[in-house]
Amino acid sequence: MLLNLRDVTKTYPGTEAPVLRGVSFDLDRGGMLALTGESGSGKSTLLHLIGGLDTADKGVVAINGTDLTPLDDVGRAALRRGIVGVIFQQFNLIPSLNVAANIAFQARLAGRHDPARDRILTERLGLSDHLHKYPEQLSGGQQQRVAIARTLSPRPALVLADEPTGNLDEATADAVLTLLRDLVAETGAGLILVTHSERLAALMPRRLHLRAGLLA
Amino acid sequence: MQLMTLLAGLALATALWSGVQAINAEARASYDAAAATLGEGQFAQITARDGGAIPQATYVALRRAGWAVSPVIEGRLEGVRLIGLEPLTAPGGLGPVRLDEGADLGAFLSGEGQILARRETLARLSDTGAQKLLSPDVAPNTALTDIGLAQRLLGRAGEIDRLIVANVQPLTRASLAQVAPELVESPPPEGGDVARLTDSFHLNLTAFGLLSFAVGLFIVHGAIGLAFEQRRPMVRTLRALGAPLRRLIALMAVELAVLALIAGLIGVGLGYVIAAALLPDVAATLRGLYGADVAGQLSLRPAWWLSGLAIAMGGTAIAAGGALWSLARMPLLSGAHPRAWAMGRQSRGQAVAALALLGLAGTLAVWGQGLMAGFTMLGALLIGGALALPPLLTQVLRWAERLSQAPVAQWFWADTRQQVPGLSLALMALLLAMAANVGVSTMVSSFRLTFTGFLDQRLASELYVTAADTAQAEAIIAVAARDADAILPLLSAEVTVAGLPAQIYGARDHATYRENWQFLQAVPAVWDVLARGEGVLVNEQLYRRAGLDLGMMVPVGAGLTLPVLGVYGDYGNPIGQVIVTEDLFRSQFPQITALRFGLRSDPARVESLRVSLRNEADLPDTAMVDQAALKAMSLAVFERTFTVTTALNVLTLAVAGFAILMSLLTLAAMRLPQLAPVWALGLTRRRLAGLDLVRAIVLAALTGALALPLGLALAWALLAVVNVEAFGWRLPTYLFPLDYLRLGALALVAAALAALWPAWRLSHTPPAQLLGVFRHER
Repeated sequence: MLLNLRDVTKTYPGTEAPVLRGVSFDLDRGGMLALTGESGSGKSTLLHLIGGLDTADKGVVAINGTDLTPLDDVGRAALRRGIVGVIFQQFNLIPSLNVAANIAFQARLAGRHDPARDRILTERLGLSDHLHKYPEQLSGGQQQRVAIARTLSPRPALVLADEPTGNLDEATADAVLTLLRDLVAETGAGLILVTHSERLAALMPRRLHLRAGLLA
Repeated sequence: MQLMTLLAGLALATALWSGVQAINAEARASYDAAAATLGEGQFAQITARDGGAIPQATYVALRRAGWAVSPVIEGRLEGVRLIGLEPLTAPGGLGPVRLDEGADLGAFLSGEGQILARRETLARLSDTGAQKLLSPDVAPNTALTDIGLAQRLLGRAGEIDRLIVANVQPLTRASLAQVAPELVESPPPEGGDVARLTDSFHLNLTAFGLLSFAVGLFIVHGAIGLAFEQRRPMVRTLRALGAPLRRLIALMAVELAVLALIAGLIGVGLGYVIAAALLPDVAATLRGLYGADVAGQLSLRPAWWLSGLAIAMGGTAIAAGGALWSLARMPLLSGAHPRAWAMGRQSRGQAVAALALLGLAGTLAVWGQGLMAGFTMLGALLIGGALALPPLLTQVLRWAERLSQAPVAQWFWADTRQQVPGLSLALMALLLAMAANVGVSTMVSSFRLTFTGFLDQRLASELYVTAADTAQAEAIIAVAARDADAILPLLSAEVTVAGLPAQIYGARDHATYRENWQFLQAVPAVWDVLARGEGVLVNEQLYRRAGLDLGMMVPVGAGLTLPVLGVYGDYGNPIGQVIVTEDLFRSQFPQITALRFGLRSDPARVESLRVSLRNEADLPDTAMVDQAALKAMSLAVFERTFTVTTALNVLTLAVAGFAILMSLLTLAAMRLPQLAPVWALGLTRRRLAGLDLVRAIVLAALTGALALPLGLALAWALLAVVNVEAFGWRLPTYLFPLDYLRLGALALVAAALAALWPAWRLSHTPPAQLLGVFRHER
């Protein structure tokens, strides 16, 4: 079992109602699912908990059998470096590094940098002519491809994509998502795609729906 | 935060400027009062050729011969400068004193008499029987009274020090040579009055104040720039809703003006505190260096607090002008987000401007003439150096990025390079502060090193004595001939060389001079040639100002000119000096007898020599100064001279440190979108905070590396150009690596302290806040 969630609950300080209420689900290795829900339903929060970017108030979040909840900052940082990769809607590339350095950054942090793999990724994602450019010189679609390459370069066990095509037009979004799905499938990693698009959710073999912090 | 940055930066800058101007204004007011008291610089004066007193009978003779002169006697009474005038004959009455405010001329001239002075001066005088009258217009530490009373209080009955010559004289009067050949008339001193003498000192203070203001203005410019960048979306929205652009600009300008006024008032208040703290040291410095008396208490004069407010408003206008202009020209449909203000690329124009200014500084260094050219060169050097800092930093960081292997190191250098634009103003302020510290400390330390050696040369005699008259002088010689190892008379007279006022000294040929004096340049066997009466020595001031050189002829008396044999350093002396042999001096000035002597003695026997002089020559202790005391006094004056500049140095460095702190805090919020992705990829907050701390130290270290050569260039400019133009003498430049290391360490500590709080805040930033960067609109 790659991912195991049991009764995960999360409440943000200053709010009364929990953002997540007793969420439980599993994901096998190589498994893919779409996580849908309306704005404020807790989709991104759930993704952040799984990615070690935040901690749950109650429950278990386990990746490869390791419960993330008791991990400290150092432990969760190690998780983010090597095991889990997160793709954000806003791309969040490192502005001071060029495309090549951005792609290699996370893999180098994890000590698993493979230049050959980077070459393959850049070719598949159509970035070969842009390696020396900086993020501000790229279009939205190009930036998102760089973000995908960066996430996949260290061969993470689990890929979390938080509305990765939210800032792209429909045609580009479809192309990027198809590419992402195929690349993840090639590595045997798990994929959780957060989206509020029914059309994109339909591209994934499994679907979970969040409503007011509860899995419907 | 931005509001606090703006107010604090402007207030600090205004405080340093106002403080300096307050000191200058107080000093100048004192000089004006002193000049008004005795018409210094306005009237010719008659004095004795031998520098002694003028008998009252001679004054009467001159009056009878038709001379319109007024007697003056002057001395020290309980540390106060006591001046005795004759109000009925003094040109301009009693100077600034108003006789219609309680002063009774009859009471002034008769009975116990009256003494007019400031409150603090009157408080220092014990009861003399004379009525004490408060007169705030009298110069500081000075008391005016009738000449008769002054003669009695000073124990100098029948003596006059000088005669003030009225501008209008009867044509039929007999010549001075006929009536009193032992007297000499001197025109009003040009370039020798206190105000001019101290011009350079005050100019230095003003330059320092301006430097401090410039450093503070960097903070203000940064804060205003950031504030206006962040207002761009709001302005765009308001304009889209129909708000007139002119009204928006006017409102923002008014807002800035109000803030500038508030900050200016705070700054003026702080400036008062700074000036009040520094004024005693300044007053002591001016008294020691120039004999100028300055009031030890500060007055709230409009000249300096109005200039403080004006510079605060003007500085804000300069800092905000560009931002307001940019907003005024912004297209209505421009991007809603602030431009990457802190992430922009370096302006090529800035590098070009830096090169141009540094080129100007170099040109002025080679071909510039005069003090203004010297200060212009300094300004161009400092501003050019400051403008060159960001492009230089960017290039160095780019090299470091290329050389680094690890991903975090590579990101660190790249990210640091990206921070340079946002931190450039604070770093430029740090550069200026550090360079000023290096430059001024090098100058001061070079001066101290040279001065110490100079004092050892010039104060070689163990005891210096002053006789009251020729009879006492003879008694001193008799005692010294028996009890001292050598007697060195100090003979001097006033002369004019190449149109410049100078002093001529007659020196006895003695090993004291041969073994201790050092020359800047001299002919071979200079002392032997001088001893034969075949030439003169001149000090550096005269050498430079009169355009002299070895071998050039110098007038030394009636019809006698001699070549220059050597040039010697004479640090701290504002006027020129010529040295001839004692025999030659006596032949040219036979009427002058030596009243001052340097006595050589075994240090162990100095005290017994003093006792002998006291008992047998009736010489009071106040007329004897031993070498150690004289050196200590000279060094004390020297140290106090630079206490003021040292204080301003420290304050300027503190302002720069504050600038870094404010910049880091202001940029902290803008840094989150840059740091959050790196955190998400696997760096802990603690590590990011640590790297931010290291970044501040690295940038401070790189800035310090540039500050050192800039500061040394500044030191050279101060020693070789400004000092020479201002004082006429040049100091050798020494280097003090330990001092520079200490300053560098201090700067690193300051940068680390400034970065500590922002780093701590980053390390404790809740994940939710970092995640907020990733949230999007649904």
